[in-house]
Amino acid sequence: MVKKWLPNAYLCLIFFFLYAPIVVLVLFSFNASSRATGTWTGFSLEWYVELFEDRQIRGALGYTLIIAILSTAISMVVGTLSAIGVYKLRKKARGYVLNVNYLPIISPEIVTAIGLMILFQSIRLNFGFTTMLLAHIMFSIPYVILQVLPRLYAMDPNMAEAAMDLGATPWQAIRMVVVPEIRPGIFSGALMAFTMSLDDFVISLFNTGNGVTNLSIEVYSMARRGIRPTVNALATLMVAIVFITVLIANQIQLRKKVRG
Amino acid sequence: MNENIKRFSYPYIVWISIVIVIPVLLIFLYSFIQSTGEPVVFRFTLQNYRDFLDPIFLNVLWHSFIIAAISTAICLLLGYPVAWVVSRLKPHRQSSALMLFILPMWINMLLRTYAWITILSRQGILNKILARLGMGPFHMMYTDFSVSLGMVYNFLPFMILPIYTSILKVDGHLIDAARDLGASGSHVFRKVMLPLTMPGIITGVTMVFLPAMSTFVIPQLLGGGQYIMIGNLIERQFLLTGDWHFGSAISVVLMAFILLSVWAMKRFDGGGSQAGTAGKGALPW
Repeated sequence: MVKKWLPNAYLCLIFFFLYAPIVVLVLFSFNASSRATGTWTGFSLEWYVELFEDRQIRGALGYTLIIAILSTAISMVVGTLSAIGVYKLRKKARGYVLNVNYLPIISPEIVTAIGLMILFQSIRLNFGFTTMLLAHIMFSIPYVILQVLPRLYAMDPNMAEAAMDLGATPWQAIRMVVVPEIRPGIFSGALMAFTMSLDDFVISLFNTGNGVTNLSIEVYSMARRGIRPTVNALATLMVAIVFITVLIANQIQLRKKVRG
Repeated sequence: MNENIKRFSYPYIVWISIVIVIPVLLIFLYSFIQSTGEPVVFRFTLQNYRDFLDPIFLNVLWHSFIIAAISTAICLLLGYPVAWVVSRLKPHRQSSALMLFILPMWINMLLRTYAWITILSRQGILNKILARLGMGPFHMMYTDFSVSLGMVYNFLPFMILPIYTSILKVDGHLIDAARDLGASGSHVFRKVMLPLTMPGIITGVTMVFLPAMSTFVIPQLLGGGQYIMIGNLIERQFLLTGDWHFGSAISVVLMAFILLSVWAMKRFDGGGSQAGTAGKGALPW
């Protein structure tokens, strides 16, 4: 008997631990009081109104989206072409490139962040939109490459050669033969790049300036001053977006399974 | 033919040399120089590292290590049974359970950390509940407890997922065989499961310890302005006091410390020949 319920109870407890704070976060965005930290004083949408009226946050939202879209688009194209090139490198050279490619993934974020900060400072770039965008492209491309490479390995290596033997230029071979084969890898890489860019805090914090911020930086500067219901309102919107995205992705997968 | 396509990698090689290799070299370089005067003159020095030998800073390093190690240990103790329970569920239940572990990781880490302030503070939800039970109020925010809790909360999935993968790889017949030969439950765990899932444990420990050791967000939000871990120390040098040279030296120390810890753990595992294969894909060491 004990054997049956104990593991499940434990699992439920862990899920409670993981989700209770998120529920609290959402719940307290509708709390009327601004001061009382753990007391429910009535339903209110006041903090959402305040959030939408906050110019700073709207600006940060704009920057977050523009940088995520631009860095994803750029790293998707550059990452895919680079992966195709890296795939054709000799084994030893490929090993070196991939090891360097791994570095930003495994090193502590703060180290990557200050490394870029010193680099941008050394070449006298003004901190702001450009540096933040460059930083996001820098940490996104390695993920795209790592998603695309396995697809290239899985592909028949003769296909591109055959296309070129039949008179295609390398560009044509890549566009019309290789890319359609590795499309799933490109998309999953782009999705990773997009979510990482939306979520990034540490690298952005160190590589921005001139009033350019993103949502994470805004949350940080508000949260370090203690509890703020506007942060809860913002959090609720972000949680909602994540959950809806996951739901839609799941539905698409399910439908694919049904069709297949 | 291949030569033509190979050329697509050349711009990327130049790019990673500039944005990945050079920054690492710059951190090293910065840690060994000091800039003085106007116009700025750079000169070679070991002073930045000597500064770090101050007991105050060594204490910060030691404290960061202890907090990260305790949080990692708690993650392991909580996470291993979770991975085990999930691996015994029916297959379709397993994938939903995994989904539920991954889902919170999609939510911004700052927000997940911030959420704990409402729960742990003096007037917070936890103290309210404890008061009903006739206990407290406890002082939980801005302590080692709140910081470790924040780390366990944020990084627990990193521990569960690799251990779960390694448990799935264990051949069930081995457990049955050990049982048939008379091994008790704890014996099976120590002599069969633990060694066979060691690669997953090592990957999990690395994936929790590394961010726990270097984070500055969790100590800042849950530890308060006075709570300094090594990440905060670096952040302050770059964003507050502007001593980039000292900040670089601390970063070099941090990286050396992390590499050393990971290396020591592999030695502890005894050869670590298996760890190499399990870590692949997640972490190349």
